[in-house]
Amino acid sequence: MKKYKWLVPTLYIIFLMLPIYWLINMSFKTTTEIINTYSLWPREFTTENYVKIFTDSTWYMGYVNSITYTVFNTVISVAAALPAAYAFSRYKFLGDKHLFFWLLTNRMAPPAVFALPFFQFYSSVNLFDTHIAVALSHCLFNIPLAVWILEGFMSAVPKELDETAYVDGYSFNRFFFKIFIPTIAAGIGITMFFCFMFSWVELLLAKTLTATEAKPIAATMTRTASTSGYELGLLAAAGSLTIIPGAIVIYFVRNYIAKGFAMGRV
Amino acid sequence: MNKTINQKAWFFVVPVFVLVAFNAAIPLMTVVNYSFQETFGNNVFAWEGTRWFKQILLSERFHDALGRQIAFTFIILLIQIPLGIGIALTMPKKGWGVPVCLILMSMPLLIPWNVVGAMWNIFALPDIGFLGYSLNAIGFDFNFTQQPGDAWFTTILMDVWHWTSLVVLLSYAGLNSIQPAYYQAAEIDGASRWATFRYIELPKMKKVLTLAILLRFMDSFMIYTEPFVLTGGGPGNATAFLSIDLVKMALGQFDLGPAAAMSLIYFFIVLLVCWVFYSLMMKNEVKS
Repeated sequence: MKKYKWLVPTLYIIFLMLPIYWLINMSFKTTTEIINTYSLWPREFTTENYVKIFTDSTWYMGYVNSITYTVFNTVISVAAALPAAYAFSRYKFLGDKHLFFWLLTNRMAPPAVFALPFFQFYSSVNLFDTHIAVALSHCLFNIPLAVWILEGFMSAVPKELDETAYVDGYSFNRFFFKIFIPTIAAGIGITMFFCFMFSWVELLLAKTLTATEAKPIAATMTRTASTSGYELGLLAAAGSLTIIPGAIVIYFVRNYIAKGFAMGRV
Repeated sequence: MNKTINQKAWFFVVPVFVLVAFNAAIPLMTVVNYSFQETFGNNVFAWEGTRWFKQILLSERFHDALGRQIAFTFIILLIQIPLGIGIALTMPKKGWGVPVCLILMSMPLLIPWNVVGAMWNIFALPDIGFLGYSLNAIGFDFNFTQQPGDAWFTTILMDVWHWTSLVVLLSYAGLNSIQPAYYQAAEIDGASRWATFRYIELPKMKKVLTLAILLRFMDSFMIYTEPFVLTGGGPGNATAFLSIDLVKMALGQFDLGPAAAMSLIYFFIVLLVCWVFYSLMMKNEVKS
């Protein structure tokens, strides 16, 4: 039985790769070929779908917009979560437990509930259709997540580290930036990975809060599909390209993913 | 860890508190506001009391959507948790296989949700999709755009594809944290494979598994984009889960009052289940 153990993960990975392969396969076909024939690989190999995306600004700006607000969000979330997570992991203070649970409840709020009020709220403060609006709205679920993960990593660092540093005459700021942050660098990496991931994949809020200037690529895809007929090849090419940023991020954190999960937090 | 009492720690929490409150409290108040009133446009409101709540709680539409939602969440948990554990148990523990497995398995987690829906749409189409075409070729009459059963099958398969990896990664991390000494002890005692799993691995994975169930419950209960792109809630209302129904009511029909009341009921259900889970988790943490 042990001999065939590798079969299970292999079959699972094949199952995971099939739809992705199908998407990439479609992206290299012409629209006529997609509609008229069923084939396992492109018969008339074409890159025109990709050429169109990289030359048409409504398409490639979608990627720029998505990446912009995702990066904003990751930076804001982690920067705000670092001191808060430190406070939760080191100190007791009035209402700490309630505050922690309240933060988590925001991770549990269905985005569909917030779509309409967000639209009205961000319109009323003149932030509608800006990258910062999407970045801020994604803080709703990313900050609680960041606090949660970072708190896990920080609690694993013994408190003696802080105390020794103070005895050695370090000020709080110097200790925090020179010693503490490098100690939990892996944890920060993991946190950034998760913030990036959840901001990158979210569409409902991003679509609700944007019109043209900050429109995410995912929303561009839905619009184009409905206005200019069903251009499957183009849609498939745009979809295939959205996999790339995720793949790059995974590659960088590959050694830390399992370790990050091992903290028992996501 | 024994923590020191320090009320000044609140200053550290202020940025997070402000950002989240700005995003959560203000919109939530808007929803609460709508849920008790009737709008006539132009910012004219009339007090309606609890009428919308009664209307939603008694409406068949809400019962149906909630029923579908519970069935969906239950089925995917039933598939993903055992499958995830099974795959984690068979994954390589060291060598080149580890990064390969981790990277490939994480891929579905990082694809935007509407692309997941679009991808599965293309993949399952009966005439040009690999899945749909193959199923029809071996004799099934498969068409997810017309037959409710097939739509359910495709939606569940899509969710299994999308999220099982999360359970795998969590379980894998839980398994990795078990000291080799435990396995050696089991071997000396001549424990069977099943006994090792039941009495060593499963208890050690309890914490991460609770977390996996919690996360999968939350996210599947809020699922919107993937089924919206894949089936649009159809055929008919067969796959119209709670979020899809809610957005239809709020943005499609602009029934703000009932939609707001439904949002609050919806949020309350998620909150209640998660609170129970969270309390259980914390209780376990205190014990261990």
